[in-house]
Amino acid sequence: MTDFDADKVAEIHQHLHSHLPSESALRVKALETLLVDKGLVNPQTIDAWVEAYTDEIGPKRGARVVAKAWCDAHFKQRLFEDAPAAIDELGYLGKATAHLKVVENTDKVHNLVVCTLCSCYPFSILGIAPAWYKAAAYRSRAVRDPRGVLAEFGVEIDDDVEIRVWDSTAELRYLVMPQRPPGTEDLSEDELAALVTRNSMIGTDRDLSQG
Amino acid sequence: MDGIHDLGGKQGYGPIEVDDEGGPFHEDWEGREWGIAQCARTPGITIDWWRHCRELIMPVDYLGRPYFDSWAQTDFSTYIEAGWMLLEEIDAGRSLCAADESRQPPPAPMTLQQVLDEDRAHAHRFDGKTETPPMFKLGQSVLTAKHGHKGHTRLPQYARGHAGKVHAYNGAHVFPDLSAQGTEIHQHCYNIVFEAAELWPEAKGRKDKVYLDLWESYLEPA
Repeated sequence: MTDFDADKVAEIHQHLHSHLPSESALRVKALETLLVDKGLVNPQTIDAWVEAYTDEIGPKRGARVVAKAWCDAHFKQRLFEDAPAAIDELGYLGKATAHLKVVENTDKVHNLVVCTLCSCYPFSILGIAPAWYKAAAYRSRAVRDPRGVLAEFGVEIDDDVEIRVWDSTAELRYLVMPQRPPGTEDLSEDELAALVTRNSMIGTDRDLSQG
Repeated sequence: MDGIHDLGGKQGYGPIEVDDEGGPFHEDWEGREWGIAQCARTPGITIDWWRHCRELIMPVDYLGRPYFDSWAQTDFSTYIEAGWMLLEEIDAGRSLCAADESRQPPPAPMTLQQVLDEDRAHAHRFDGKTETPPMFKLGQSVLTAKHGHKGHTRLPQYARGHAGKVHAYNGAHVFPDLSAQGTEIHQHCYNIVFEAAELWPEAKGRKDKVYLDLWESYLEPA
């Protein structure tokens, strides 16, 4: 069992720097091969996890939550009071969402979510994080230059709109509730959910009426 | 730890590659590593210890290798530290340990439905009880610690030694600094709001804010 020996791990990483195979695919293959040989993992279960997060669990869940909140004021109220319980009504409570919080965009507020220290993300409602969310450029800049970051995503924020950046430093996870686009009063919940982009729920998209 | 992982506010990382087309996994190995991280048996580690092992990756590898690749390296390091794996086994491609504590009958395969149920069952909560009442009230001004320490901590460098206000009380959550050393205690955790201009000189005049979830021992009354 682990001794939680950080000095030893630092030394191990030095060895791994030169000891691991030269390509990512080969390194992961080496890990899986050893874990299977040691009976620590079942490759068919790995297949199932890949399938779960490819076909079943992803940002469509978050979009459904947002669309339902746009249509159902009582659900929206429950979502803001106790997000884990509210998403559990839809069967979406799961990995990394037991302490979910929803933060709402308004005409005068825009929310942006980041994890500067690692790459924390609300997996069970947004699935696997996009590559940029996990990259050093986004993690370093979102807290310091949110307007510049948003401009790179094509989102211009007026000076009188307050930007709130949420750095996921604990086990709380954040979901941005984008604004419902005007002129969508007649759309069904399904049609509304189709308008909600993954990026709008992280905060790197804002105006959903532009399609 | 004042490590390479503590990226908030660091400069020089350039523009963001905003396009991210395709599925959740761009290459097969990314999915394999995701799956391994979800279901492989681990040697009694905590999430905070795993995060610390990732932080300890050499800076050149931390920044230079793709995201899920760094997960694989972190996994290797946790297994090797715990004696469940040997460096020599990576070369050999097979287990060289005749009998170690990790050896058990291999886990039975799980179906998609079982995995989906497991995901739902794994909405792991980190809050719990603590004896002392919370030290801070909503709206109270606080000052963050000036310095971190050698181990794992969740107070980023950019938010150290700064004044903020208590925006919300989150309850008592598992304290990561000790959890990374194998000790699980709960400590009051707050959402603290900082004016952007308090954190960044160039943000003067901007009304923007930064919110962090911070534990009580990172804070003192202002």
